[in-house]
Amino acid sequence: MAAADAVAAGQSSGAAVRIEGLTKQFGRSKAVDDVSLDIDPGSFFTLLGPSGSGKTTTLMMVAGFVHPTAGEIFVGGRPVAGLPPQERQLGMVFQNYAVFPHLTVFQNIAFPLEVRRTPGADIRRRVGEMLELVRLSGYEQRLPRQLSGGEQQRVALARALVFRPRVLLMDEPLAALDKNLRTHMQGELKQIQQRLHVTVVYVTHDQEEALTMSDRLAVMNQGRVVQVGTPGELYEAPASLFAARFLGESSFIAGTVVDAGDGSAARMRTGAGVELSGRAASPLRVGQAVLAGIRPEKFLVDGAPAAGMNHSPGRVTGAVYAGDTTRYTVDIGAGEAVTVKLQNQMRARTRAAGDAMALSWHPAETVLFPAEAAAHGG
Amino acid sequence: MIGSEGQRTGLGTLALYGVAGLVLLLLIAPIVIVAIVSFSSAESLTFPPPGFSLRWYERFLALPGWRRALWVSVQVATITMVLATLLGLLASLALVRGRFRGKGIVYAFVLSPMIVPTIITAVALYFFFVRVVGTGSILAMAIGHTVLALPIVVMVIASTLQGFDSRLEMAAFSLGAGRLTTFRRITVPIIAPAVLSAGLFAFLTSFDELLIPLFLAGVEAETLSVRIWNSLLLEVDPMIAAVSTLFVVVTMLVLGISALLRRAGP
Ligand SMILES: Nc1ncnc2c1ncn2[C@@H]1O[C@H](COP(=O)(O)OP(=O)(O)OP(=O)(O)O)[C@@H](O)[C@H]1O
Ligand SMILES: [Mg+2]
Repeated sequence: MAAADAVAAGQSSGAAVRIEGLTKQFGRSKAVDDVSLDIDPGSFFTLLGPSGSGKTTTLMMVAGFVHPTAGEIFVGGRPVAGLPPQERQLGMVFQNYAVFPHLTVFQNIAFPLEVRRTPGADIRRRVGEMLELVRLSGYEQRLPRQLSGGEQQRVALARALVFRPRVLLMDEPLAALDKNLRTHMQGELKQIQQRLHVTVVYVTHDQEEALTMSDRLAVMNQGRVVQVGTPGELYEAPASLFAARFLGESSFIAGTVVDAGDGSAARMRTGAGVELSGRAASPLRVGQAVLAGIRPEKFLVDGAPAAGMNHSPGRVTGAVYAGDTTRYTVDIGAGEAVTVKLQNQMRARTRAAGDAMALSWHPAETVLFPAEAAAHGG
Repeated sequence: MIGSEGQRTGLGTLALYGVAGLVLLLLIAPIVIVAIVSFSSAESLTFPPPGFSLRWYERFLALPGWRRALWVSVQVATITMVLATLLGLLASLALVRGRFRGKGIVYAFVLSPMIVPTIITAVALYFFFVRVVGTGSILAMAIGHTVLALPIVVMVIASTLQGFDSRLEMAAFSLGAGRLTTFRRITVPIIAPAVLSAGLFAFLTSFDELLIPLFLAGVEAETLSVRIWNSLLLEVDPMIAAVSTLFVVVTMLVLGISALLRRAGP
């Protein structure tokens, strides 16, 4: 894409965003509670969390539309507290696109350049580049009502990027699109972000979107940041029951700690009397009630018992065929069941309810969470 | 069962159409009859008219008193339109966007001329203006009509502002536009159709209104409505029908333009 390179050439690379102790109180409740984040320049950072967890409020404080009750925000190392939104030089894309309905595609994208008194020839060139970048060349004279949702979203994106902001803020920009288009736009968005090296702060409650697009992400719950890390870190090593439940799928096996280990490696005994090893999400003590979380694709079945692995006998109680995989519900005794996801490879024997299924999995893929956290975890 | 249900629905539908048709007929018939009579060739009001002619329209345009009345009405209505739209726009912005105490009371106050009988407003304005400027002031009548038109203007514009997506303004801010630029280039163009149609309603409110000019017009500045009223007291001839028809045409034109504006809006 020649246009992207032309745009990238004129683009100062993204700015770092640092948030310190950010808090927003509405009446008695804290919508955002002591949030601190470090966002690398040029990275794709996502705020992920359930509805009402404070994602939009955090983003709005960065944009300057909401005044923090406490805390500070730095963009490119400079505090922005004193600046109104129009002076922060941050691109912003809203969930409902907020494309100006009375202006054509060209006029919409030219708007930020016009208010900056960019010469007309420059405006035409840069709008043209942007249109090419978002693949809307030829749509210049259309009005927003003549565009599909996906096209309007691209106009909003081009408009937010054309003035070369160092940071692009996006609040659930793809939520209104259908599944196929959303997946497609995710790819395009990511590609554009990488070409322009712009820092993106992205808000979503779609965990799959967060996992596939982000360099790093923060999981939020009730106004607080629960965990920050790369998608891999958050998926493989959730630090809390909430993070484990919210991001991806897990089965949880209840038990008690028999060996607290050396801080991270620990052993527990399940209700069925099976001993499991795993990594402690937080320090444990012997006798404490814990839940062992395991992702459904981590299970191996019917292999030869290998040393150092966790094992459990099981019996299939349900099977759901999903094309590439089959999801089994497996009873492991003492009233506990786990979900096991297996690839439907040629050799794989499909099983029916009632069949025995011996499970094994790696201790490194077993995370032990204190069970009392369940009360306020999820 | 099904048959009798169908029967009942059929009868009900018939009754509904009947009543609706009757109401429409009662609403429209006088206007249609007046319009027909206005093209009458007869000397007096007779229906059906014996022949067709444009003599009453010619007569209306030929009489300087009537022409002057039309001109006064247009001036009063135009000033009313400008004043009511300007004040109404500002008031709506304050009422919808502003944050101040007693907003509900201010809103009720702005709408109160709709509740107060016009005759009361007219009498009050009469006693005020008679001392300040005497009668016959076009501006005084326009101010009186502005009082009457303001509630309508505020209702139309305020409801549009309430439906206005404030994220459009936030987007403009984030793109670097200041408050004034955003208002001028985003807010105003989007609410313009509603503001214009509110203005047209203000024009009509003034153009049609009798009571306030009846008190304030004096002999110097009769509006069309006052002149019709006065001439009805003396004599009734088909020219009144011609004037009335003109009235209806002006009203329909203005309403038509306003409907077109609304369709053009977002
Ligand atoms: N202007 C406001 N006044 C009062 N409470 C507010 C205001 N804005 C947000 N809140 C509250 O703050 C909390 C966080 O809201 P926020 O919009 O940031 O959540 P979110 O994570 O973006 O949720 P969603 O995924 O539903 O968009 C919610 O409980 C919300 O009710
Ligand atoms: Mg939100």
